[in-house]
Amino acid sequence: MSRVGWMRIAVIAAAIGLLEFCCRIGLIDHRVVIPPSQMADALAQLLMSGQANDQIVRTFGIVLVAAAISVVAGFALGVVVHALPRVRHALDPFFATYYAVPIFIFYPVLIVIFGLSVMPIVLMGVATAIVAMIIATLNGLDRIPRVLGKVARVHRMGTVATALLLKLPAAAPHLFTGVKLAVSYAFIGVIASEFILAPAGLGRVISDAYTDFDNRRMYALMLLLIIVATAVNMLLHVLDQSWAERRGIGKP
Amino acid sequence: MIAARRGADTLIILVVLLLAWQGLHQAVGTTALPGPVPTLSYLAKFVPTERFAENAWATLVCFFYAVVLSYAIGLAIGVWMGIHRLSGAVGEPILISLYTLPKVTLYPVVLLIFGLSLSGRVTFGAMHGVLPVALLIMNAIRNIPRVYWKSARTLHLSTWQTILTVLLPATLPEVVAGLRIGFTLTLLGVLLAEMFAAKHGLGFLIINAMQLLQAEEMITVAVVVFAFAALGNALLLWLEHRLHRRA
Repeated sequence: MSRVGWMRIAVIAAAIGLLEFCCRIGLIDHRVVIPPSQMADALAQLLMSGQANDQIVRTFGIVLVAAAISVVAGFALGVVVHALPRVRHALDPFFATYYAVPIFIFYPVLIVIFGLSVMPIVLMGVATAIVAMIIATLNGLDRIPRVLGKVARVHRMGTVATALLLKLPAAAPHLFTGVKLAVSYAFIGVIASEFILAPAGLGRVISDAYTDFDNRRMYALMLLLIIVATAVNMLLHVLDQSWAERRGIGKP
Repeated sequence: MIAARRGADTLIILVVLLLAWQGLHQAVGTTALPGPVPTLSYLAKFVPTERFAENAWATLVCFFYAVVLSYAIGLAIGVWMGIHRLSGAVGEPILISLYTLPKVTLYPVVLLIFGLSLSGRVTFGAMHGVLPVALLIMNAIRNIPRVYWKSARTLHLSTWQTILTVLLPATLPEVVAGLRIGFTLTLLGVLLAEMFAAKHGLGFLIINAMQLLQAEEMITVAVVVFAFAALGNALLLWLEHRLHRRA
């Protein structure tokens, strides 16, 4: 690993160590934050006891479903909107403001409509993620080189063959950026919804543990969420980079 | 001409949104989702009341402090990491992974530290805003042409003079872009904090209205927040475009 990489690990280790130290000597009250080592211990015990497995499967399942819907539907909508320039033109200001508006304020509306079930949570996940995928699809389709259209005509390729063999690969890097964003937005949307109000799920369990002053459980699950979110984001980032490098546009 | 067409397009979107709202209302019924006309007339009645003013003011005060904190801390981190290359290289991936984290998870920690207070909500709002401001400003400073640094050194400018007379003017459009995204996310953080645990504010009003099944009030507040966020964003976007054209 590079020198910078080692320094980064050292910085993170120092931060965790400092927190551990401050907790151990009582500078930080254990009723507020428990030492990181105890968080890890609590998480290991919780995972081995299997008490939280249902909630874990439920939450990550919803994230997966919401991300999958967003990617598929977002791609389809992006293709349709791209084919209709007039509609796209009208939608531009909408896309520009979409992420500026805290759409979470509509979560209670969804609860009133669909009841306190899994449905509003999935919809909230989709609502936060889908527009990123639509925008990425539009970007990708915009950046397909014109020459590819000529190549297709020279080779007398049909519409389907052109779309699958030329256009899709050319737009793929942008589409993948959309997938990356969709996954991390779906994660945020689902967890935040569960936090505010939900019948079950990790967000709900953390919020219950907070109300019960059950710090070990709360910090264990927080640690789990942080680890999973970081790992997934890093994995997607690494895939994105290696893809870019293979195409010769990434950092060496 | 272009402005008029853009206005017309925005108008079309608004009309489509209103129609979709009406359609959804027909589909799910009045108790779940009142139509646009009754809601907007409720809005006209509700907004001038004292109860609305009190809660809107609570949110506004909280949002103001949170935005000031986000901007100040974000600018400081961004400028530092932009100027000092090594800290930037070490810190950037850490900031990015913190940025993609669902920060709602950490709200209970904020609550345990600050209690159910204004400072807790302000901290949580600022947590959302600091990172994008810092990341955008860091990247803007890194992309400044080398010759600017050289001329600053030739003129023997002090660090502060360099920041104020070279770095800030050169990165102004990007700084405004950072401020815009910081504005948006800080507002989101403040509202989430109010929705999760608070006794005042617009976020609290929405959750309260949901529990009392007052769909009209719930949607009214949502529409007000929506309009505020969209207007703030449009204003900063306009400023950003103007600065880009100037440069």
